[in-house]
Amino acid sequence: MAYGEKVLDHYENPRNVGKFDQNDANIGTGMVGAPACGDVMRLQIKVNDEGVIEDAVFKTYGCGSAIASSSLLTEWVKGKTLDEAKAIKNTDLAEELALPPVKIHCSVLAEDAINAAVEDYRKKHA
Amino acid sequence: MNDKTNRPIYLDYSATTPIDERVVAEMLKYMGSDAIFGNPASRSHSYGWTAEAAVEQARQHVADLVGADPREIVFTSGATESDNLAIKGAAHFNVKSGKHIITCKTEHKAVLDSCRQLEREGYEVTYLDPEQNGLIDLDKLKAAMRDDTTLVSIMHVNNEIGVIQDIEAIGKACRQRKIIFHVDAAQSAGKVPMNLSELPVDLMSFSAHKIYGPKGMGALYVQRKPRVRLEAQMHGGGHERGMRSGTLATHQIVGMGEAFRIAKEEMATENERLINLRNQLWDGLKDMEEVYVNGDFDQRVAGNLNISFNYVEGESLLMALKDLAISSGSACTSASLEPSYVLRALGRNDELAHSSIRFSMGRYTTSKDIETTIKHVRSAVEKLRNLSPLWDMYKDGIDLNSIKWAAH
Repeated sequence: MAYGEKVLDHYENPRNVGKFDQNDANIGTGMVGAPACGDVMRLQIKVNDEGVIEDAVFKTYGCGSAIASSSLLTEWVKGKTLDEAKAIKNTDLAEELALPPVKIHCSVLAEDAINAAVEDYRKKHA
Repeated sequence: MNDKTNRPIYLDYSATTPIDERVVAEMLKYMGSDAIFGNPASRSHSYGWTAEAAVEQARQHVADLVGADPREIVFTSGATESDNLAIKGAAHFNVKSGKHIITCKTEHKAVLDSCRQLEREGYEVTYLDPEQNGLIDLDKLKAAMRDDTTLVSIMHVNNEIGVIQDIEAIGKACRQRKIIFHVDAAQSAGKVPMNLSELPVDLMSFSAHKIYGPKGMGALYVQRKPRVRLEAQMHGGGHERGMRSGTLATHQIVGMGEAFRIAKEEMATENERLINLRNQLWDGLKDMEEVYVNGDFDQRVAGNLNISFNYVEGESLLMALKDLAISSGSACTSASLEPSYVLRALGRNDELAHSSIRFSMGRYTTSKDIETTIKHVRSAVEKLRNLSPLWDMYKDGIDLNSIKWAAH
């Protein structure tokens, strides 16, 4: 399969790879997907007292498009409020990365990941 | 990359092989207006006679490699057609004796889909599970045999994991029950020595392009003593003793013959060389954490090594290994979005099936190629594991099976 330039760029140079302490009160963690399906994404956000995402990291087990979708997502959520981050749509990611139709599910997974991370953070502060 | 050609290092010989230059030279004698272009079926002039002589010479070469009589070789368009002809042809011809067939879940799709078609026609098919090493348990096969079983179809060498089935033992069990035994030998001819004059095998499929011959060319061995009869699947001029009509493709047949002739000559030394390359590859990778060989290590064709790199997804690994031409059992590399059915049939879990890479080496693979391959694979796996949340969890001692994953 041929990959788009942006997918290749994120795959070759993934942004914000890493791990935060998921027990930290300022951290929201979203882990989505399943090993059986061939992709698992873990997205973590660090939220400041104003409710703004200060930092984000990811690790992804999956194909190049899944890695690129999560890498791009970490760039986009930084500086956003939780609601703004939740408003990111998979179609925006897919369009930016020019994902082919068979890889759309990778961007869907990324959208699920940010939603799960925000939920996790909110649960901690409920 | 290969220094000479500036192309990726080719390690996909189980998919196909280049045509050997010696084979090309033979084939060219039969192409062009000054060439031997006659129809081998033309009896009335020398154009036909010389073409027929070339076909019969090639038939002899094919037969010689596998210890058959040339009259037992039926030329086809490839192993897929041979499998179709053998399975459907034998099942149809023997329908009065029964409508039950036995095969294995790890067979090639040409066998499995032929069986599926027979199921649609009202036949019953038993799909055996192989053992975890990919081999068939003879007792389970015997237990599956019934009075109405007319055909057993088991491949010699598996295309994905390279394991070699004991076709002699399976054939004996079939003989005892008077069941026809078909073997798909697309991946074994020219790689595993065999002598069909002694083996209890009734039908065997061959491919030319897996052993440095042309694509679109194959053959079916149909035993003469005792005689195995088939219902033709292709009707027409009654070529190939009525079993496969259609004008014989002289240049293709000559190519197959030459490829089989060379294979017979070089198999022993080539296998020794390939086993050394395979050992070199495995020695260069086996000290890594969480790597697993798929399929029995010893009962394996010389040029194949199928490895799962746990916690790394196959397609991303292929992407990192763009300087290597290899294939993966991962779902993402296929249109079906299902991981390799062969690895799943071995009982490999989905992660390991998604993480598998098949390396298949051949006539033009060098020790330097393998050295480069080891270097690339090690750094790619390391890079992707650093990106993998599953690797993190493994390192933290978390059992992945203890997590409730949301399948999607």
